[in-house]
Amino acid sequence: MTPSFLIILLLALSVFGYHAGRRRALSVAGEADAPKLHSRPVYYGILTALWCGIPAMILFVFWLAFEPAIITNIVVAEFPAEIKNLQESRLNLVINDVKNLVEGNIVSSETKTWLQSAADHYKDLQVVSKAALAVIALSLAIICALVVWRKISPQLRARNHVERIFKYFLIACSTFAIFTTIGIVLSVLFEAVRFFKVIPITDFLFGLDWSPQMAIRADQVGSSGAFGAIPVFMGTLMISAIAMLVAAPLGLMAAIYLSEYADIKIRAVVKPLLEILAGIPTVVYGFFAALTVAPFIRNTGSLIGMDVSSESALAAGLVMGIMIIPFVSSLSDDVINAVPQSMRDGSYALGATNSETIKQVVIPAALPGIVGGILLAVSRAIGETMIVVMAAGLTANLTLNPLKTVTTVTVQIVTLLVGDQEFDSPKTLAAFALGLMLFIVTLVLNIIALFVVRKYREQYE
Amino acid sequence: MNNSEYKQKALDKSSSGRTIEMVNKSLSRRYKAERRFRRYGQVAIIISLGFLCLLFISIISKGYPAFYQTFIQIDVFLDPDVLPKDKLSTANYPGLIKKSLSSEFPEVELRREKKQLYGMVSIGAYYQIRKMVMKNRDMIGTTQTVWVPVDDDIDMLAKGHIDRNTPELERRVKDIQLAWFDRWDKAGKIKKRFNTTFFTSGDSREPEMSGIWGAMAGSLYVLVVTLLLSFPIGVAAAVYLEEFASKSRWVDLIEVNINNLAAVPSIVFGLLGLAIFINFFGLPRSAPLVGGLVLTLMTLPIIIIASRAALQSVPPSIRQAALGVGASKMQTVFHHVFPLALPGILTGTIIGISRALGETAPLLMIGMVAFIVDVPGSFTDPSTVLPVQIYLWADSPERAFVERTSAAILVLLALLIATNFLAVLLRNRFERRW
Repeated sequence: MTPSFLIILLLALSVFGYHAGRRRALSVAGEADAPKLHSRPVYYGILTALWCGIPAMILFVFWLAFEPAIITNIVVAEFPAEIKNLQESRLNLVINDVKNLVEGNIVSSETKTWLQSAADHYKDLQVVSKAALAVIALSLAIICALVVWRKISPQLRARNHVERIFKYFLIACSTFAIFTTIGIVLSVLFEAVRFFKVIPITDFLFGLDWSPQMAIRADQVGSSGAFGAIPVFMGTLMISAIAMLVAAPLGLMAAIYLSEYADIKIRAVVKPLLEILAGIPTVVYGFFAALTVAPFIRNTGSLIGMDVSSESALAAGLVMGIMIIPFVSSLSDDVINAVPQSMRDGSYALGATNSETIKQVVIPAALPGIVGGILLAVSRAIGETMIVVMAAGLTANLTLNPLKTVTTVTVQIVTLLVGDQEFDSPKTLAAFALGLMLFIVTLVLNIIALFVVRKYREQYE
Repeated sequence: MNNSEYKQKALDKSSSGRTIEMVNKSLSRRYKAERRFRRYGQVAIIISLGFLCLLFISIISKGYPAFYQTFIQIDVFLDPDVLPKDKLSTANYPGLIKKSLSSEFPEVELRREKKQLYGMVSIGAYYQIRKMVMKNRDMIGTTQTVWVPVDDDIDMLAKGHIDRNTPELERRVKDIQLAWFDRWDKAGKIKKRFNTTFFTSGDSREPEMSGIWGAMAGSLYVLVVTLLLSFPIGVAAAVYLEEFASKSRWVDLIEVNINNLAAVPSIVFGLLGLAIFINFFGLPRSAPLVGGLVLTLMTLPIIIIASRAALQSVPPSIRQAALGVGASKMQTVFHHVFPLALPGILTGTIIGISRALGETAPLLMIGMVAFIVDVPGSFTDPSTVLPVQIYLWADSPERAFVERTSAAILVLLALLIATNFLAVLLRNRFERRW
């Protein structure tokens, strides 16, 4: 019985349980005095259905999660002694061979008889396990449903039971955010710690040389990769700085114009148009940067006699800035609108012009909020991936020249992890160390920004 | 003091700087500053919108030719000797086309030139002939006139992307091929047709045979997983936080987490997917299932935040009225508050899903960048998605792929505009102001 068929069967059973429970509730109440029931009959049905489905489903999930590990253990226990005593990594290869045999793929070594028998055993166990799962899950569903069904009486507080189950479900769903954060921290931290065991953390944080190419053989030239991340951090900072130099003035001025000068009609047209910039997928910006902006900058540079790299930081930063404009402008727009009108009126009453009011009253009042918005934009720029992957370079140069090629944290993560690699080499683990840095930096920026914005909102509310 | 004395005094004062005079004098300067400042704002908006226009113009102008493909007319003799009845699927179809091309240009004898001649027709032509023959076996032994796709370089030539004035060595189309092409063209045997291949096939190394259908199917599977998981979980979380939870540290912690997750770089979610879903749980690489799981985690905060705002906008009087007639808390929420908040929740969900549709970086991490020719048929088949397909094609050196990348971007943007339009429509149609 395949798992999906089992799920359908369980669902069908639950539907059946719903009807059975509902009919039972009506019959125990007696036709004449139905009001005596504690809850509406529907709830008795739902209760039966839930008890029919949920325990069986939980069993089902756990069974599928642990089945492979248990079966593998049983099979390994019957391996010949000399195989069982192999190193763990070699043993894993053997287990892989067995699994490949089971699935009918071609195995690397020629099939030995004990390997074949292990595979057969594995297959048998799988069949037994599937059958056992089906029998146990179905009988559990039926037994639970029967117990509840028999318990149904006019006094059973079915609605309260059902609502409690629903509430547990709601609570469980709301904790997903916490589990996601824990998952991110654990997955990144765990691998990063393994990386720092090989490469000392000080070398990583303060080293000036980044060339993560590890040699395959020990005697190869350059066999030890260099993992000094300063050039990578510098590249990230430079591209983000260029992006902010584009986005902060443009976004801020656009927000000021829209909220202080533009009449409603213009605002209604321009604002959504600016939002479109935020909705365009980043891969599109990357393509635009790599195929339109970068060649344009390079050609312009060569016209005036400057040597511009075709993967210059300028192109990536410029396009990233365009992407961030709506982000800055909509956040600034919010905070500028939150400045009370009375402050503007006071300034006008003293004879200040519009621009003087904005420069000397509105902006200073809104400054914390604007700074918070810009910080959020910076964290967005640092974490942006596709634009830099497509338009910035791979080589880590420690330079301040925006016309040269630089690389960023996100580019390195992508290049280190895309493609087939062994999972234990420092090269792959380095990506997780970079990911950890990225997560920490953006997290800190976000927390500061949210704190500043919230403080500012409270000031005028 | 009489009038004239006043005037005298005022004159004295103005020469030494009476306030109103100072103000009047500085007025023109201040008005100039005012106009300048206003112009800065206009310039900022014009520059931003200019970039938007530039982006669209550059992509549309590059992309729209990809919706057309150049075809060539050839006469193929379906030789019964080459097409034995029992081995139709493995017969030598390239040979048939080569023969037809040779008979058209009998003067071509050099081996190198022959190769160049055969290279003008796409490999897709062989499949086309095979399909035609397998469908209608009676054709064997006759001569058929068919339109077959040309190679991508010839396609570029027909679309005017290859400059005939560049030296032959730097050109992908040789002089002799140009001459053949012109002869065909004069005979009316070159035609541009709508490029159905682009919408019906998967990826390919040959630009003229590659299409976006495989990536679209992958995107569809990923989004189905994302929607099925993120909508119920997100809505349930929002309902709990907005309607049931009392202010406590635990709830604060959840809220802080949600706000932070909304701002975590997307690539970090990819790292999570790689480390946990693939390495720890052993789910298959490149599968839409894993992609959907990762994107679910990314979309959840968006959906939760939007749903909470929608629930907040339902006035408390609705809740009080329901409670007043004896509904339980759960009944109040699910029978009255939730249906009223549903349009807002759906709008937020659509926006979250459209964000997921355009996401690329986390999917690179979980191996959805593989070169996959087959159209995926299930949630665990290796596949790619539309944005990743764009990324892959953008990396390809062939000029024809630049065109196809832009075309794929146009399709992606059209999908995004459609979903967002749906969201706006939904909001305008069902949103209630209380």
